[in-house]
Amino acid sequence: MRITQGTFSFLPDFTDEEIAAQVRYCLGNGWPVSIEYTDDPHPRNAYWEMWKLPLFDLNDCTAVMQEIKACRAAFPQHYIKVNGYDRTKGRQTTTMSFIVNRPISEPGFELERTEGQDRRIHYTIRSRNRFAGQHA
Amino acid sequence: MATVNTLQKKSRWAAGVTPYAEMGYYNLNYEPKPTDVLCAFRLVPQEGVDPIEAAAAVAGESSTATWTVVWTDRLTPFESYQAKCYRVDPVPGTDQHIAYIAYDIDLFEEGSIANLTSSIIGNVFGFKALKSLRLEDMRIPPHYAKTFQGPAHGIVMEREYLNKFGRPLVGATVKPKLGLSARNYGRVVYEALRGGLDFTKDDENINSQPFMRWRDRFLFCMEAVNRGAAATGEIKGHYLNVTAGTMEEMYERADFAKELGSVIVMIDLTIGYTAIQSMAKWARANGVILHLHRAGHGTYTRQKTHGVNFRVISKWMRLAGVDHIHAGTVVGKLEGDPNAIRGYYNTLREGTSEADPSQGLYFEQDWASLPGVMPVASGGIHAGQMHQLLHYLGEDVVLQFGGGTIGHPDGIAQGATANRVAVEVMIQARNEGRDYLNEGPEILAKAARWSPELRTALEIWKDVAFDFTSTDVPDAVATLTL
Repeated sequence: MRITQGTFSFLPDFTDEEIAAQVRYCLGNGWPVSIEYTDDPHPRNAYWEMWKLPLFDLNDCTAVMQEIKACRAAFPQHYIKVNGYDRTKGRQTTTMSFIVNRPISEPGFELERTEGQDRRIHYTIRSRNRFAGQHA
Repeated sequence: MATVNTLQKKSRWAAGVTPYAEMGYYNLNYEPKPTDVLCAFRLVPQEGVDPIEAAAAVAGESSTATWTVVWTDRLTPFESYQAKCYRVDPVPGTDQHIAYIAYDIDLFEEGSIANLTSSIIGNVFGFKALKSLRLEDMRIPPHYAKTFQGPAHGIVMEREYLNKFGRPLVGATVKPKLGLSARNYGRVVYEALRGGLDFTKDDENINSQPFMRWRDRFLFCMEAVNRGAAATGEIKGHYLNVTAGTMEEMYERADFAKELGSVIVMIDLTIGYTAIQSMAKWARANGVILHLHRAGHGTYTRQKTHGVNFRVISKWMRLAGVDHIHAGTVVGKLEGDPNAIRGYYNTLREGTSEADPSQGLYFEQDWASLPGVMPVASGGIHAGQMHQLLHYLGEDVVLQFGGGTIGHPDGIAQGATANRVAVEVMIQARNEGRDYLNEGPEILAKAARWSPELRTALEIWKDVAFDFTSTDVPDAVATLTL
């Protein structure tokens, strides 16, 4: 399965040129870029591992792309996403977030059902990735 | 008033009828205080009625006055409690006037839309001396805004909760509106969510009818929502409509939705302002997003010269505390001039806004950190309009394609995929700096080469447009109407 989290998951995977165009959009808006990776893409996993600190002082697209490439080289079989961040008062949140690397095989999720009374069902979604969440 | 004009000038306090304007309800020299609630009314006086007296009458009847002098006014600091009309502008080329009226903040109970509206629109709209009256805009001072909870979560929290950033959210209302059994209904939800939509939605009149009781619908929909989430790795939601005949039943349904793990519930505007405020408090206390369908609003928002402008309803609902509200599409099947709708969207989303006649905004507005409400565009929109939707409505919006998803000839999931592809490709183009409004059709056509779902959607709906003249356009500037 293909995980469709992120701003652009329904498009074909971006080329580096296309990623760079989105990075330029972030930098042009004054949004620092950050890079995160994980082997546990559970929909409620809010905290992917941080690749360094957010790149507050990198205003150069080429330098940001080098960091993305370095993260990919270190974690070729992880999910990696690139985020833009807006610290403006009243926003103070992520402005965009898109996946730039995926494992070759995406095992997806299992849906566990626990039946309760009155036809209620309690649902649990589990990452199928065997080591998911067990190491950074 | 017509009869009053013939009266001889009498003392302010002599028994009988004194013109409202002479009782202190009209004061050109009044300078509104930062704490005042300000209103702009569009009024059409009856033949022979002086517009200034008509405007003063509106100020009077929406604050302290009655039709005749009462000596008991003199037991109060009435100067402070009287609303003051401080400006009356004729609307060129019409019999209409815009009256600006200031209300002291002490006229209103803290945190109560019911009280605010009972004052401002309680009595005056049936006034015989007026042909018609419309409340166009209000300035809610921060001092009063801060007495309301505001949106249970707001746009920022909703996006962080759903883990969805940088693009409009996409949804669909389950169709047919009425008649599906609970099990079939859940099928539509599952297909739409697995195909790429973020949300599906009950329609406003899906409550608990003989063909589908609410509890059955909730159970099947949550199976569909969880299946959709597991199939995509995304958080998904279905707006479970908890609208019911009593507050007790609404709480029962909302509690059940929460226990089943729904991220969102829905109410209709028809439940009333107080019920909406109660549900907003419930939504914040229980961590559930609150969607509001504006059912019924067209009865009083649509006509240019009588009723309440939707931008005012938007302000009341932001105070009342909903997270979502339907606010127009520009290009779809329901009423809406582009500039007026931009004004509604700004009212709902921005932290502060300046007066802007081109958008029908008569006053500045400072929301004092009350969160923004996510506008929802729903009704007759489809993937082929994506460049226009993004241009007119921006990024913080839920685009709801009901027929535009479920009507896809290859299936509901394919319809959902077409919409999601169209949104993402248009955001990509915008971010790359392209002139996406003009190049939109090419951008979509290019994506349709690799997306068969989008290709079919573009083909089937290519000629669908709703070109009617708006019944309501802001006065200040000549504007285009789609």
